[in-house]
Amino acid sequence: MRQVAIYGKGGIGKSTTTQNLTAALATHLNKKIMLIGCDPKADSTRMLLGGLAQQTVLDTLREEGDDIDLEDIMKDGFGGIHCVESGGPEPGVGCAGRGIITSINMLEQMGAYTEDLDYVFYDVLGDVVCGGFAMPIREGKAQEIYVVASGELMAMYAANNICKGVQKYAASGGVRLGGVICNSRKVDGERELLDAFAKALGSHLIYFVPRDNIVQHAEINKKVVIEFDPTCNQADEYRGLAEAVDGNDLFVTPTPLTQDQLEDLMMEHGFLGI
Amino acid sequence: MAPKTLEKEVAAVPVSTAYLDDVLDKYEPKVYKNRKKHLLVVDHTLESPQEIMANVRTIPGILSHRGCCYAGCKGVVLAPLKDALTIVHGPIGCSFYTWGTRRHKASNDEGELNLVPYTFSTDMHETDIVFGGEKKLTAAIEEALQLFTPSAINICSTCPVGLIGDDINAVAARIEEKYGITTIAYSCEGYKGVSQSAGHHIANNQLIKRIIGSNDAEPTAQYNVNLLGEYNIGGDGWETERILKRCGINVISVMTGDGSIEEMRRSHKADLNLVQCHRSINYIAEMMQAQYGTDWLKVNFVGLTTTVRSLRQIATYFEDTALSARVEEVIKDELAQIAEDIEHYKTLLAGKTAALYVGGSRSHHYQALLRDLGMSTVIAGYEFAHRDDYEGREIKGSIKIDADSKNIEELELGPVDGKYRLRFSPDKLEALKQEIESLGYYEGIIKEMDNGTLLVDDLNHFETEEFIRALKPDVFFSGIKDKYVLQKSGTHSRQLHSYDYAGPYAGFKGAVNFAHDLVMDLNTPVWQQIVPPWRKEPLLVGSIGGEQ
Repeated sequence: MRQVAIYGKGGIGKSTTTQNLTAALATHLNKKIMLIGCDPKADSTRMLLGGLAQQTVLDTLREEGDDIDLEDIMKDGFGGIHCVESGGPEPGVGCAGRGIITSINMLEQMGAYTEDLDYVFYDVLGDVVCGGFAMPIREGKAQEIYVVASGELMAMYAANNICKGVQKYAASGGVRLGGVICNSRKVDGERELLDAFAKALGSHLIYFVPRDNIVQHAEINKKVVIEFDPTCNQADEYRGLAEAVDGNDLFVTPTPLTQDQLEDLMMEHGFLGI
Repeated sequence: MAPKTLEKEVAAVPVSTAYLDDVLDKYEPKVYKNRKKHLLVVDHTLESPQEIMANVRTIPGILSHRGCCYAGCKGVVLAPLKDALTIVHGPIGCSFYTWGTRRHKASNDEGELNLVPYTFSTDMHETDIVFGGEKKLTAAIEEALQLFTPSAINICSTCPVGLIGDDINAVAARIEEKYGITTIAYSCEGYKGVSQSAGHHIANNQLIKRIIGSNDAEPTAQYNVNLLGEYNIGGDGWETERILKRCGINVISVMTGDGSIEEMRRSHKADLNLVQCHRSINYIAEMMQAQYGTDWLKVNFVGLTTTVRSLRQIATYFEDTALSARVEEVIKDELAQIAEDIEHYKTLLAGKTAALYVGGSRSHHYQALLRDLGMSTVIAGYEFAHRDDYEGREIKGSIKIDADSKNIEELELGPVDGKYRLRFSPDKLEALKQEIESLGYYEGIIKEMDNGTLLVDDLNHFETEEFIRALKPDVFFSGIKDKYVLQKSGTHSRQLHSYDYAGPYAGFKGAVNFAHDLVMDLNTPVWQQIVPPWRKEPLLVGSIGGEQ
């Protein structure tokens, strides 16, 4: 069982990429997958479940107390993917980070991690802001991290910060960076920039997902691209991403950049044409 | 077998700077440098006054005996208020371990509310941390209000509440609006500041803002005082109040032992504030002076000579010959009543030595009582005092305010319209201060200690053991955290935080209780009857070569 966590700056397209990637792994490579959404908004499995409102682990815990069954909180979505939403408090109250810790512990207690799974994916909210959000990479849960980024400075800044978190837990928990996934924003020299960035981290740009409006169309229809239009070019791109992840053999302890190094890199690649 | 006290096998080592260096030498250089500033051998022959480092961060892992900010706010200042519903917002442990352990006693008349025997808690669980605990806090207060009608509600915050950011101020405002009961939120999360001292300050700030001065009912007695920093441990406040009452001095409010919100609301009508524990409540004394013009007098009702001195100083302040005569009469009578007992105990205690390690004022206060009993103090220290408690208030201006102190709100208060009144003109007050040294002044602990005695701030476990071994005091006065370690190593130890199970020790009758309990303790041979396990059998158990 490979346990994979997807991190990246808020709004970069983590959930979109993760759902399309897992859909491709399930349908194109016949993998058995569980996807755990680690975001209080609980929207990490929406496209796989066709917009089905998912009962979250924490809501169930709060309402039912100890009396929770796995089927209450785990629903099978497109491609037979087991979908779970951790859930959490409404914005501004409580502790969402603690919620993720509680939720993952609950899932383990209830036996959600079955032997037959090829992959467990964690789709984690935003930056590594505190201990709770680093939960999937602590205690040996997720062993592989993929960071979703684009050629924009803030996205790379966030990616670099995430790598600091990975570096911290690499020594104790054995977690490794599997690569950088570019979710393209059509920034100038994006591929070259991210390629250089990934190399500077000691890793690689594992896949470049081009920008295509069909992703948005599929999303509005509450479907992943492969379900919405299996023959389109973007569906093939996600299949390519799935193959790249499945065949990945470069797992490293990342070497995060300093702020200056990061900005130099931007100057060198990103803004050369300006 | 005849009872006997523990014999001193070897004479005590005289403390010197060289001896201290020898002890501190065991530390790594950084720790050595830090701890050295927290220790001194008292020497009054030096040209300039001695300086000690205090109220700064404890070195992690050094086994300090300090408490937390929450303990200072809830446990020390707020918990003794009997008509307040003091609710702890947090997991249950913080409530349970501040429930009754401090032995602040409270009594009530028929029909009067006394919530001191209770503890109120929101008992936060994991889901409350994840989803926020404000609703649970509101529900818990509303549940308590079904049972009791308190004069005020105190909401005390614990560490997790600060971390998840529950808005206890908003909850307090909603409760106050809905039920018309003063509701005060205290952001006294345990991690704030460097010790419980931060919590005292936070509690002082809220009480002066919300409670003190909120009821203008005029007192009917002639001489009206408040007793500040008296928490009625083992009934100390009752004994002090008994004596003051005999003298014809009326106590409007005791802050906070056996105290009440209702009395505190009227406390600004007092003529004089008597300050017993300077550390925990000097903020209120200062702020009441700024807002209401109330003078304050540092008193000490622990010890006979000190009690007598404090009573005389109060009489001098009121400038009334009738009061002075009454005070002298009471002193004479009270001393006569206990003379025989004190003489008896003195014969049993004279020449014995003591170590004192208590919070922020008792290590000073009890030196007076011990001296009255013929004993001497060889080492004293405070857990959480500030430099002025050691060196006197004259050095307050030179205290470096660090980030930890800046984190605690410092109120800038001025006179309150229509409520500010001065008993004496500034000139007259200055003249009185010449006559009454403790009027608006605290001299600190150092001046009262003998040359060659040891003073320690934030004493830790290692130093305790070292100093006991070298100084060999007959008895170590401290608290629950170190008492049993000392006792099991053969040094008598009595708790001066909680008085073990006894008291009162303040005032005239309290002095007799104290001497009685101390004599009993020193003559109990029980610890000599015990052969510790390491004298009888090896402590290490293991197997060799795979044997089971």
